[in-house]
Amino acid sequence: MTKRFGTVPAVEAVSLDLAAGEIFCLLGPSGCGKSTLLRMLAGFEAPSAGRILLDGRDLAGVPPHRRPVNMMFQSYALFPHMSVAGNIAYGLKQEGLAKAEIAARTAEMLRLVQLEGLAARRPDRLSGGQRQRVALARALAKRPRVLLLDEPLGALDRSLREATQAELREIQRRLGTTFVVVTHDPGEAMVLADRIGVMDRGRLVQVGSAATLYERPATRYVAGLLGDVNLIEGRLGPGGAGQARILDTPLGPLTGTDHHGAGEAGASAVLALRPERLRLAPGSEGEGDGESLPATLLDATYLGDRILYRARAADGRVLRATAPAGTAPLAPGEAVRLGVPPEAAALVPA
Amino acid sequence: MSTRLHPLALAALALGFAFLYGPILVLVVYSFNASRLVTVWGGFSTRWYASLAADGALVTATLVTLKVAFASASLATVLGTLAALALDRRGRFPGRTLFTGLLVAPMVMPEVIIGLSLLLLFVALGVDRGLWTIVAAHATFTLCFVAVVVQARLATLDRSLLEAAADLGAPPARVFLTVTLPLILPAVIAGFLLAFTLSMDDLVIASFVSGPGATTLPMRLYSQVRLGVSPEINAISTLLIATVSLGVLAASLLTARRG
Amino acid sequence: MNAGARMKAGARMSAGPRRRDRLRRLLLPAVPFGWLLVFFGLPFLIVLKISLSDPATALPPYTPVLNWDGGVAAWSDFLAALDFENYRTLIADPLYLAAATTSLGVALAATVLLVLVGYPIAYGMARAPKGLQPLLVALMVIPFWTSFLIRIYAWIAILKGDGLLNKALLALGLIARPVEILNTLPAILIGVVYAYLPFMVLPLYAVLERLDRSLIEAARDLGASRLKAFLTVTLPLSAPGLVAGALLCFIPIIGEFIVPDLLGGPDTLMLGRVLWSEFFSNRDWPLAAAVAMLMLVIVAGPVVFFREAEARRLEGPP
Repeated sequence: MTKRFGTVPAVEAVSLDLAAGEIFCLLGPSGCGKSTLLRMLAGFEAPSAGRILLDGRDLAGVPPHRRPVNMMFQSYALFPHMSVAGNIAYGLKQEGLAKAEIAARTAEMLRLVQLEGLAARRPDRLSGGQRQRVALARALAKRPRVLLLDEPLGALDRSLREATQAELREIQRRLGTTFVVVTHDPGEAMVLADRIGVMDRGRLVQVGSAATLYERPATRYVAGLLGDVNLIEGRLGPGGAGQARILDTPLGPLTGTDHHGAGEAGASAVLALRPERLRLAPGSEGEGDGESLPATLLDATYLGDRILYRARAADGRVLRATAPAGTAPLAPGEAVRLGVPPEAAALVPA
Repeated sequence: MSTRLHPLALAALALGFAFLYGPILVLVVYSFNASRLVTVWGGFSTRWYASLAADGALVTATLVTLKVAFASASLATVLGTLAALALDRRGRFPGRTLFTGLLVAPMVMPEVIIGLSLLLLFVALGVDRGLWTIVAAHATFTLCFVAVVVQARLATLDRSLLEAAADLGAPPARVFLTVTLPLILPAVIAGFLLAFTLSMDDLVIASFVSGPGATTLPMRLYSQVRLGVSPEINAISTLLIATVSLGVLAASLLTARRG
Repeated sequence: MNAGARMKAGARMSAGPRRRDRLRRLLLPAVPFGWLLVFFGLPFLIVLKISLSDPATALPPYTPVLNWDGGVAAWSDFLAALDFENYRTLIADPLYLAAATTSLGVALAATVLLVLVGYPIAYGMARAPKGLQPLLVALMVIPFWTSFLIRIYAWIAILKGDGLLNKALLALGLIARPVEILNTLPAILIGVVYAYLPFMVLPLYAVLERLDRSLIEAARDLGASRLKAFLTVTLPLSAPGLVAGALLCFIPIIGEFIVPDLLGGPDTLMLGRVLWSEFFSNRDWPLAAAVAMLMLVIVAGPVVFFREAEARRLEGPP
């Protein structure tokens, strides 16, 4: 599926399958096309090319009001001239349901989001968290096949966000509705999603569980998106996808795992190393398994659950490594070795 | 920095509002003057108000004016709202620039030109002049004001509200009726009131396009004003000013309570 | 995979619903647009045509009148009968030139006066306590909703020879004999400034009210005096309000009829009044139409100027 605005492709050749009952997160920076993709699913934008199939039916050309898909808007888009109950009942009224049925379903939704007492309240008299729940209830009231959520927690403050994330998951588990969530917050995507699709400049670069994306990033961009990472560039040795391969780096040859096909032998590639997977050891002598890099400690930062060390490697670059809190702290200036386990070092194209 | 008003700013406000309201106040005070001589105070009296009710031509003119104002404001509200909606659509249509120009021009165009040109149109079309030609003329120049007021509201309308309604299953017509219209209604009503007032106030255009039997209140007042100042005119003016002031105050109280 | 959504690259979507949408987009403007074309656009062509005709003692009081059933011959007769006679009259008779000059002069002087009077008021309103501002705006709006005719009429009793202003000045001993103010140019200026004041104040207020106070504080912090801060920050930033206010005042004043008619006396000629008397008193419709065309030409210049200024402002800082 492709969407162009003018000649600029906003979403390009995206192909995606959603499983029933999963939470799928579209993750990427603003302007990467994730919102456009969501709006295409809702029907507010028409794909320039491509199809959207729901249960085998093509949705392209079906106007938004006839799609069995509902959306929760980033701004919530609550109708200011209707009460909370009026907002929730709006979609049900469009279906032409009987009054009693509408009342029952509205009450059920209010219970689901724990807003029973506020049915008659106007949206402008609600707190941010309450508004978010009304928006969720309104979008779920029609029992959509797929619920689209555009930055559902973006307008909430930090403390509220974590509680709401858990709640959102809980509600989704109970209803079994497929959720498609757009977010720019990797942490949020990791908490919410069964699977994450990372978008970069209009392309879907990798789809997988949070663990897959974290442990086995397909690109340098994905590696940097989720959590901290050390990147060491170099030239690829022989081998292919699924194999351990040598990368010839300024720090010497290092072995990493090529999960998705990082390139042909001789191509430039990058080794992605998580700070917590670097094995930090005092002294200047190596300890055997795998390669280890000599370095000098620059500083140590105490982070509560772990200690973050910064160390200068032989070619002058700074690498970051963490050690669990409670281990004996190392002093700045000390010579250390950083062990690189090949299974924890992912090779990605440069 | 103090939030107190600078003495100079205070003076500007005091002088400015004294300038604005002084003449009106004089007019109101002298409408209760017992003397027929407008500049000589002869004691308090309401006799001029009593004589208004007896002035049959004045009452007829008032009724004509109200009829014209209601009909033209209704027409202008429908046309102006449609115009605002047409311009608000993100989609372009052929002649959009011309349309925008046509919509803005009547607001700054001298009234004598609008009046003359419409009269010549009615003559060329062979239309009999009367109440309905005034209605058409007034609707033409007031619809622009309605369009501006409604467009300002539409511009601040959150698009996602309309998308949310569509997303929840409302077809375009129902989105308009259940979401767009209720949300722009205050602006539509304000536009109607503006058009109503402008129509009631108009002397120049009505003078050109009216025909026999369709004399509006401003036309009637004008023919009397030309003869000089009179306490009867002061009295009817006071009534008009009181009506308008109450209307504006009520409207601002209404919007203040809502906001 | 039975209840999932599926997106795959493939066929182009159909254009059906889009075409209906486009139809709706065209129909919506058609009604108001059509109305404006018939009642605002078309009349100007008629004014142009009649300004080229000759007056006649007939109904309608001008000639030629196109005979629609006459075919090509009627058309050529019709066109041949059109001439620039009325425009020659406009140029030859000094009355019209004088009226045009007076109109422009009054409009210009009044606009300058309006800025001088209106700016301090708008500034005062914008600096007034927040809670008071809605009331001040309402007070500024009420005169605008009040009959124009009545507001100008109110000045007659004040400006008359034995009016209140003269009485007050005499009582204060400022003058020895009543001065003639009514039926003079100053009376017109007073009336115009009075009538158009809200049109100048409200746009200025709208701009000044939104002005970020911290900008002025920054200028003061950087060493500008109060006056300098006003001249270099407040004034340039209120330019859009000035342009809007001037547009709303200058052009209608050129065509103003009521003020010169009630306050200007028989000797002050302004274009709006000349047009009126050609039409109503002399029943010379073609000449009135020619005056209208002259007025349009005079008005067109400022409109273009203001639109350009507006466009330049929207394009960004110079």
